[in-house]
Amino acid sequence: MSFLPWEEVPLSWFLLLSAVLFSLGVVGFLIKRNLITVFMSIELMLNGVNLSFVTFAHQWHTVKGQIFVFFVMMVAAAEAAVGLAIIISVFRARATLAVDRIDLMKL
Amino acid sequence: MHLILFIVFAGFCLAGAVNLLLQTHPVNSALSLIVVMTSLAVLYLLLGAEFLAAAQVIVYAGAIMVLFTFVVMLLNAGREERTQGSRAARAVGFPAVVVILAVMATVILYAQKLGASSVRDGITPTEELSAMLFTRLLLPFEVTSVLILIAILGAVSLARPGNGEPHGGAEPKGSADSQGSTERTGGQ
Amino acid sequence: MSPHLSIWLIPLLPFAGFLINGILGCRLPKWMVTTVALLAPLAAFGVVLSAAAGVFGVVPLQGLLPQGLRPWNLLPWTETCPFAWINAGALHVNFSFVLDQLSLVMLLVVTGVGFLIHVYSVGYMGNDEGYARYFSYLNLFLFFMSVLVLAANALVMFIGWEGVGLASYLLIGFYFEKKSAADAGKKAFIVNRIGDFGFLIAMFLLLANFGTLTFAEIATKLGQDPGWQGGVVTVIALCLMLGAAGKSAQLPLYIWLPDAMEGPTPVSALIHAATMVTAGVYMVARNHVLFNHAPFALGVVAVVGALTAIFAATIALVQNDIKRVLAYSTISQLGYMFLGCGVAAYSAAIFHLVTHAFFKALLFLAAGSVIHGLGGEQDLRRMGGLWRKLPFTFAVTTVGVLAIAGFFPFAGFFSKDAILYAAFLQGPQGRFLWFVGVVTALLTSFYMFRLWYMTFLGEPRSPQGHPHESPWSMRGPLAILALLSIGGGWIGIERFGGFLAPVVGAGAAEGGSAQLELVLSQVAVGVALLGWLTAHLLYREKSTLAASLATAFPGGYKLLAGKYFVDEFYGAVVVKPLLGLSKFFLEWVVEIGILGGAAWLLGGLTKLAGAALQRWQSGNLRSYAAWVAAGAAAVLLFLLVPWATVLASLTAIHLGVAGH
Repeated sequence: MSFLPWEEVPLSWFLLLSAVLFSLGVVGFLIKRNLITVFMSIELMLNGVNLSFVTFAHQWHTVKGQIFVFFVMMVAAAEAAVGLAIIISVFRARATLAVDRIDLMKL
Repeated sequence: MHLILFIVFAGFCLAGAVNLLLQTHPVNSALSLIVVMTSLAVLYLLLGAEFLAAAQVIVYAGAIMVLFTFVVMLLNAGREERTQGSRAARAVGFPAVVVILAVMATVILYAQKLGASSVRDGITPTEELSAMLFTRLLLPFEVTSVLILIAILGAVSLARPGNGEPHGGAEPKGSADSQGSTERTGGQ
Repeated sequence: MSPHLSIWLIPLLPFAGFLINGILGCRLPKWMVTTVALLAPLAAFGVVLSAAAGVFGVVPLQGLLPQGLRPWNLLPWTETCPFAWINAGALHVNFSFVLDQLSLVMLLVVTGVGFLIHVYSVGYMGNDEGYARYFSYLNLFLFFMSVLVLAANALVMFIGWEGVGLASYLLIGFYFEKKSAADAGKKAFIVNRIGDFGFLIAMFLLLANFGTLTFAEIATKLGQDPGWQGGVVTVIALCLMLGAAGKSAQLPLYIWLPDAMEGPTPVSALIHAATMVTAGVYMVARNHVLFNHAPFALGVVAVVGALTAIFAATIALVQNDIKRVLAYSTISQLGYMFLGCGVAAYSAAIFHLVTHAFFKALLFLAAGSVIHGLGGEQDLRRMGGLWRKLPFTFAVTTVGVLAIAGFFPFAGFFSKDAILYAAFLQGPQGRFLWFVGVVTALLTSFYMFRLWYMTFLGEPRSPQGHPHESPWSMRGPLAILALLSIGGGWIGIERFGGFLAPVVGAGAAEGGSAQLELVLSQVAVGVALLGWLTAHLLYREKSTLAASLATAFPGGYKLLAGKYFVDEFYGAVVVKPLLGLSKFFLEWVVEIGILGGAAWLLGGLTKLAGAALQRWQSGNLRSYAAWVAAGAAAVLLFLLVPWATVLASLTAIHLGVAGH
């Protein structure tokens, strides 16, 4: 019952991919200058983590990991909605979306 | 087969992520992110999470990213300007990321007892997911819907016209108040 | 069941009076304040009497009396508080009181004369608004004085010692709104402190050498080992003498006593004549074993005493304030007592202490009566001819003056004679001291009669119309004290000395004879008469001899009238440099240096920290993000480092590098 090599993907690869996606998200957060793009990098981070959860759900043959992902998706949706609304407000106040120009708390 | 699928779609993932970083126009970045999302949906399928794959496409790629694109177009965000960066971001941030990646990679590579996914593994049926979700985790589920309701309310109130204008809406009301109060004190 | 005398009540009753009058006094009606204030010393006096009666077998003691034991042999009677006070390593000190013949005599004087002065104060301070405060302080003083007298070890005595200093400060500065009174209080306390330093050093040395502070144990240790002679014992004795000089106003620390006359007159009578200033003499007598083993220190004591006696007497010759004359007279008589201690005639010194308490208190109270009668006048030059208006006061003052001058059969004669006789027997130095004492007696007689003449006889010089005699509350104690001044000495030094002998040892009276004693006493009386005669010549009616003498020796007169300018000398040599140094230190070192420096440092550090941290709060999103990432990296590292070392070792094993 040995598996053919092309029928099997070691789970560590999935995890590595997840780590790389997360790191790329952080890098994006650091180097991007547009507020919306920064937000997108955050979504990228979340996705990387989701992949990690699903991987472990597969590893331990439990459904809990997937449920966690489910909730993460829900919260990410809510967060995206509210975050984008905030970005719109900030744009109205500052007339710019450059991250480095938005550095005062006072509107 | 599994392996090939993984390699292809993992490649799409990485390419999309890197492209997100390299593009200067937000719309391009958004589209790259959509590519990442859909590739991830396929990877979920490879891991046997059919419901999640579907949810990823519907919710993430289909709703959230569409919302992002809407906002980008609404605000007419142009190409990124070259602004003065932050020295801290370069000096502190990059090494930190490198460290994070290195630590995680080390752990993952040296972890033992990690299995593998193959085509012979079963797919997690959606009934199992919903059985857990609607019985033991009913309360969090309902709370999540309340959360979304709150998010809707918040977003609506934030995005109303007049909110966030520089001295917008607040000033006329404020000056009216001060006039009113002086009138009152003057009258005494 | 063991017999008990409850001697702990003796200090506690006045303390209760102090608490009641001090805390509630201003709210209580005057008669209640008076009752509490008078009841405390009277009750204490009653306890002393009952204790005395108990030990003399007059009244059977509570509890069993072992067969064949005369009550007198029960002394010394020690009572210790059951709760230990200090138990620190090798140091064990308890609150213990001891009643023996010496403390019994002192207590009788303290509580008895104290009570009389309390009664007098009712009349004297009747119209003062600080009435309750006055009596609370007076009771406080009695409390501390009893603690001092009853103390069985040096530390409890030190409590009383400091406490009477405190009470003295409070009472001298009683009219605290007057600057001179407040200054006098401070002066008294500070000068006393210098003496207390000597006492403290002595206590430390006692602890270091004997390991105990209890008088009885020290005496036993000194008696057992004949090696204790001179050396450290002399140092201890000299330090004790420094303390006694401060408290009992001897050279060079006498300067506070004349200024202490700013307090009310009954205070001067009680504290600065009869009781507090005698604490030094009492302390020396208590430590007589120590002093006997240090002949050099004893010599110092005698010389200091004699010098002080004559020094103060010379100043008193030309003073014009009635209370100042009496103050210098007190210093002089205290010198006599120290002279007595210095020639190892401790019982003679204590005898003089007792008789001095009687007639000096009498004189002060009579002076108070005169001052009260004249409405506050204290200058001798503005008195005169008062014998008609104040006959009772005149009579008792005469008794007092005769007593202090040493006329037979008044009290002063017996006690002064005993001291002079003991001094004479001490060899050639003793003869010299005796001579000094005799000259002082002459001067004493002179200035006391001068006071008598200027106050009561001659033409009235007081500008006010209307001198009036004192009320009965003031006359009663005067009468009792007058009787005591007359008959107080009749017990005689032999019986008195024999009574005190178990405590202070028999007087060193070798080489004497009854005849020598008689001759010496006749010399003393003759000298007193000579003084009276001189005073009569100078100060009788219409005599300008005194004024012409003053103009004939202007330098001498100014020196004496200026009290040898000792205060000014101290002021220039000690006080001014000290003040200047303190001012410099406080202003420059402490204020600007330490405090300013600390403030500058703290402010500077805070500003620096603020400036440094301010750059972190830039508002820049990306730098915040960078720091968040850095934090995450740090946490990861921290969490995974142990795991990583395990991993590393596993890897090493796997690679075959280590461990096979």
